[in-house]
Amino acid sequence: MARSIAFRDALREAMSEEMRRDERVFLMGEEVAEYNGAYKVSQGMLAEFGAKRIIDTPIAELGFTAVGVGAAQNGLRPVVEFMTWNFAVLALDQILNTASKMLAMSGGQISCPIVFRGGNGSAGQLGAQHSTAFEAMYANIPGIKVVSPSNGYDAKGLLKQAIRYEEDPVMFMESEQMYGDKMEIPEEEYYIELGKADVKRKGTDVTIVSFNKMMKVALGAAAELEKEGISAEVIDLRTIRPLDWKTILESVKKTNRLVIVEEQWPFASVSSEISYVIQKEGFDYLDAPIRRITAADAPLHYAPNLVAAALPSIERTVKLVKEVMYLKK
Amino acid sequence: MASKFSKETYLYWYELMQLIRQFELIAEEKYKMEGKIRGFFHAYIGQEAIAAGCMTATKPDDKFITAYRDHGLAIAKGVSVDSCMAELYGKATGCAKGKGGSMHFFGKKENFFGGHGIVGAQIGTGTGLAFAEKYNGTDNVVLCYFGDGAARQGILHESFNLAMLWKLPVIYICENNNYAMGTSVERTSNVVDIYKLADGYEMPADQLDGMHPETVHEGVARAVKRAREGGGPTLLEIKTYRYKGHSISDPQKYRTKEEVDEYKAKDPIALVRDVILNNKFAAEKDLEAIDKRVDDIVNASVKFAEESPWPNDDEVLKDIYVDQNYPFIVD
Repeated sequence: MARSIAFRDALREAMSEEMRRDERVFLMGEEVAEYNGAYKVSQGMLAEFGAKRIIDTPIAELGFTAVGVGAAQNGLRPVVEFMTWNFAVLALDQILNTASKMLAMSGGQISCPIVFRGGNGSAGQLGAQHSTAFEAMYANIPGIKVVSPSNGYDAKGLLKQAIRYEEDPVMFMESEQMYGDKMEIPEEEYYIELGKADVKRKGTDVTIVSFNKMMKVALGAAAELEKEGISAEVIDLRTIRPLDWKTILESVKKTNRLVIVEEQWPFASVSSEISYVIQKEGFDYLDAPIRRITAADAPLHYAPNLVAAALPSIERTVKLVKEVMYLKK
Repeated sequence: MASKFSKETYLYWYELMQLIRQFELIAEEKYKMEGKIRGFFHAYIGQEAIAAGCMTATKPDDKFITAYRDHGLAIAKGVSVDSCMAELYGKATGCAKGKGGSMHFFGKKENFFGGHGIVGAQIGTGTGLAFAEKYNGTDNVVLCYFGDGAARQGILHESFNLAMLWKLPVIYICENNNYAMGTSVERTSNVVDIYKLADGYEMPADQLDGMHPETVHEGVARAVKRAREGGGPTLLEIKTYRYKGHSISDPQKYRTKEEVDEYKAKDPIALVRDVILNNKFAAEKDLEAIDKRVDDIVNASVKFAEESPWPNDDEVLKDIYVDQNYPFIVD
């Protein structure tokens, strides 16, 4: 039986189900307990699990991240919530220099099974310091995995997988703008393996790859293109690291054209990596250059028109698809 | 003067301190004379009494975590001398399979959690180790070591705050050897008594003489007792001195030879030796027998390291993920 629940509810169900299963799992972060979550993801969890396992922290990202990382090394399975990934930059030392490298530095002795999660990327007119999308930066780091789901169904399955089965640090990137999105989600438990992209829409003329909330742009563009008789296949990466490029390649073999839509800054972005691997593995299948739409190569400004101008849009995606198809307009 | 500590304790301290010192002296020789050890190398020489006193004040299940000056504490915790020397040589038989080097010794089964290279980062990670002990309801404590330089990092304050807020069983041990690389304590802060940093968090604190295992043991034992009983953390500033430079490449122009000699006159190993002889815990020849045993262990570790194989090249992509099927990007 499925019922319609919000993205935030799906995340909560994922955490709660895993916490009921495993005493070692706990949730820590700013405002996760008594405030019921800055974005209400953890609403009601304090009441169910108590203060030992749903833990409010002071505003000290480096400190509580370090506590999570140390706790994971010493047998627990923490879920650490960042109010936004923008604040996690303060904790990057613990993620990059400790968590991601611990297994390697210790010659395989000390692992760090921990999930970091929170809102990521732009979320309206929040100004430069609350609007960065971090998938590409974290995806650069060996030793960790990076997940960035686009809907509640995927988010729940992926988060459950990360908490229960992943023994390596997982960066789980959500979006403040998707927390309210509703979707039919089964009542039965399910898990989704990390590292598997998902074809969200079948098509034959062009492949559009995206992830997180930019999937709305990709799917919106595909719907527009359909009206004009263009059949776009839309692939949702779901996991950024490891990257499931084989699913993209299989699609490109069929469509011979690839457009990537993402909210990263352009330099060394997710689209850069995809473009490299697809030109290498699929050179003979390409009928046009691989093209992309990223966020503008600038901090995100405040004014609404500047936000719109800086981020990918359905309009620009439709136009770019037509370019790679060598169509007029 | 009669000793409060037993013959067995003193002989243990003596042997452990000699083992740490002789290990490092021969390792330094292999570094400087033969080039068989490379990378950053930070000697513990002069600070051995801290390791000794901490060992007798704790039990094997207690966790230790420290910075990059880690040889002494790893050996104290029981990480094998062979595997420590092999790690310095970068060999597959090292305590981190040749992947860590001098700064990253680890021994999970010995409860030695490293070996960390970012100044101060382990203060936070160690706080997390203690969080897990409390969460699991054990009576284990964590000894979390850092230098006077690390005392100026922000992570110290966030960690102190959280450890006091949650009453975590962690003993913060500032091994104050008076120099953050080449910068003396006086040149890093208005607050030169580092134990006073605990005051901002109403954390119990103490300042100890680190040149004698007795004083270290007593101060650490008080803190450990408090932590085991649920009383939360303590900051111990242990005043010590490193005879060697910050690292092997340090020309030490920031201090005088006279200053170093002054501390060498208070050498902790000589001091323990005197107590043993004065109390007739052992005779000269017994101590010589210990010295001989230590030399044998250390020399054997060099032979072990030299005869051990390098890691296989395919180890480059091993121990990166627990996930054995991780699809690495290879070209």
